[in-house]
Amino acid sequence: MRWLLLKDLQILRRSPLQAALLVIYPILIAVLVGFALSRDAEKPRVAFLNLVPQDTPFNVGQEEFDIVGARSELCDRIDCVRVHSREQALDKVRDGDVLGALILPEDLVDKLESLGGLNPEQPTVEVIVNEEDPVQERLVDDRISTLLAEANLRIAREVVRVGSGYLDLILNGGDFSLLGASFRVLGLAPAAKVLKAVRTELPPGPERKALDEVIRFSDLARENLTLANPILTSIAEPIKVDKEVISGDSPPLDVFAIAVAATITLMFVTVLLVAGSLALEREENAFARVTRSLVSRAALLTEKISLGIVAALVVTLLMLAGLELFLDLHWERLHLWVVAILAGGAAFAAAGAALGVATREVRAASLLAFMLSLPLAFLSLVPSGAVSGPLEAVIDVVAAVFPFEPALDAMSGALDATGPDLGGPLLHLAALTAAYALLARLAMRRFTAV
Amino acid sequence: MDEAAPNGRPPADRAALDARGLVKRYGGRAALRGVSFEADPGELVAVIGPNGAGKTTLLSILAGIVRADDGAVHLPRGEVGWVPQQAALYRRLTVEENLRLFARLEGHDDPERSVGEMLELAGLGDRRHELVARLSGGNQQRVNIAIGFLARPVVLLLDEPSVGLDPRQRARLWEFVSGLAGGGTTVIFSTHDIQEAERYGGRLLVIADGERLFHGTPAELRQTVAAEAPEAAERDFETAFVAFLHHRGH
Repeated sequence: MRWLLLKDLQILRRSPLQAALLVIYPILIAVLVGFALSRDAEKPRVAFLNLVPQDTPFNVGQEEFDIVGARSELCDRIDCVRVHSREQALDKVRDGDVLGALILPEDLVDKLESLGGLNPEQPTVEVIVNEEDPVQERLVDDRISTLLAEANLRIAREVVRVGSGYLDLILNGGDFSLLGASFRVLGLAPAAKVLKAVRTELPPGPERKALDEVIRFSDLARENLTLANPILTSIAEPIKVDKEVISGDSPPLDVFAIAVAATITLMFVTVLLVAGSLALEREENAFARVTRSLVSRAALLTEKISLGIVAALVVTLLMLAGLELFLDLHWERLHLWVVAILAGGAAFAAAGAALGVATREVRAASLLAFMLSLPLAFLSLVPSGAVSGPLEAVIDVVAAVFPFEPALDAMSGALDATGPDLGGPLLHLAALTAAYALLARLAMRRFTAV
Repeated sequence: MDEAAPNGRPPADRAALDARGLVKRYGGRAALRGVSFEADPGELVAVIGPNGAGKTTLLSILAGIVRADDGAVHLPRGEVGWVPQQAALYRRLTVEENLRLFARLEGHDDPERSVGEMLELAGLGDRRHELVARLSGGNQQRVNIAIGFLARPVVLLLDEPSVGLDPRQRARLWEFVSGLAGGGTTVIFSTHDIQEAERYGGRLLVIADGERLFHGTPAELRQTVAAEAPEAAERDFETAFVAFLHHRGH
């Protein structure tokens, strides 16, 4: 078997373009995927035009709202590109310099303040998005909508807080200032006490009866206004999120991105190499000669899978070493990486062997391997719950029978302690390796056809 | 090259190969229908017949690649070398690397010596470092046959070895093959070329639609053809042979 392995490595060495493509292509894909995944955490560039006059105070009731803090917080969440006019904002969006534009109109604060008055007007902000790119539009829409929802919530909370203060004043009494003048408000509770004290001094008769009605009304108003406070709070925040993670060990996004990149590399190298190498035996008409009496078919299959594992280990470790230039990897977990790569490599190599058996030519094998593995890998990346029930069931089956998902879990678990446990994915990969190797071995019977 | 053919046949008990009643079916189609023949040591046997006659199936059964549904093959001693129709070589390896790989797979004690012997036998010593992909079809076929001969088999099976070769390459190929037969190796080859079969085959096995139509020397075939298709007996052998097949319903 070692002579066949040596032969395959010699052939690979004789095809520098193929060998280079085999290494460069998956690494390129891996880096692109890694960047694509990690870019999601970056702030989108949004043109920001603030037409609200500088230093305009924003008061809700008697309280001044920290609009400067809110503005800086907004620009912490998105990459604010300052513009000086609506036209400039439009140009930047049109040219693709920014993903979108957010324009705060001049009367925003006035309208916001009117919410606490007798003539409330709904404030409006303008969002400009280039709809030529639906993905971009969706991204900006989602980000700005989220930010505005948060702003609305904070303002609503402030309004409720101020409203609650007024209610408390009406209920319990206190000092109130308006336009610089201070007023003393008695409040319902102290008023009820006064009325009850007066009642004891009144003789029974129509006046006492009328006072009793006033006392009852006062008690009723106080009791109901006490309930108003939690009701106002619930209006400001109808649904409170109480997040509880019941399953899944989610690693940090950058670790996940590295695991995806490594698994894609592992997949391409092994599946393409093994499928192509096995197809080469038929393309060169050598399969029958080699397996006639020199090497058993099982040994040939084992040799091809071993070739895939060796190549997967070398290329994936090289790729991880390259990523070390940009990211901090936990090299103390190298032994776990090797275990994950070997297990994933074996499963992908066995799958590649099953594909290689189905074809007679290297090109056909490579094309088949590429066309099958790429969509299957992306299907495995679809998060659960992102699609409808029946489609999700199909995706679950695909993810279970193709080695990408368990290999990704194994890589995630090997790369970082916060990742999934290695045991389950390794068992899954071992089962897939056995199943695909058996399938390839059975399919090899086709090779005897003359 | 007629001189390479044996002058007389050894007794039947010395046959290097004896095939009896070989039957092979692919689905409902019978590829071989009870074909029997034998070959003697050092003999060149040509298997001829039209396309789809079952020549490749017969050689594949003899080589042990395909299992016969019925019948038996007796190989009293030694190995059977098999040379498929299309060169079974790794084109990105050199001539020497191909020979070395197969010598190692054969388990030779001294692969380098075997490589040297085969290079000398095939007359490719000066091209040992050339990639097989850069060799002519004729030279590729010589390497192909040399690999089939690495195990020094008592019987060498050649499936249409001269297909695609020019006359000069054919001549060199047959010189090489005749040399092997002259050394005592029984060579069984299939061909479409009647003249080639007549020229190099000590005995001919004619099959059509999986059925054995004739087994004997070229002279005996000429007699049979003349008897069964007298209208074509005076014409060239290929025309007479086609008339013979027609008379036999093929």
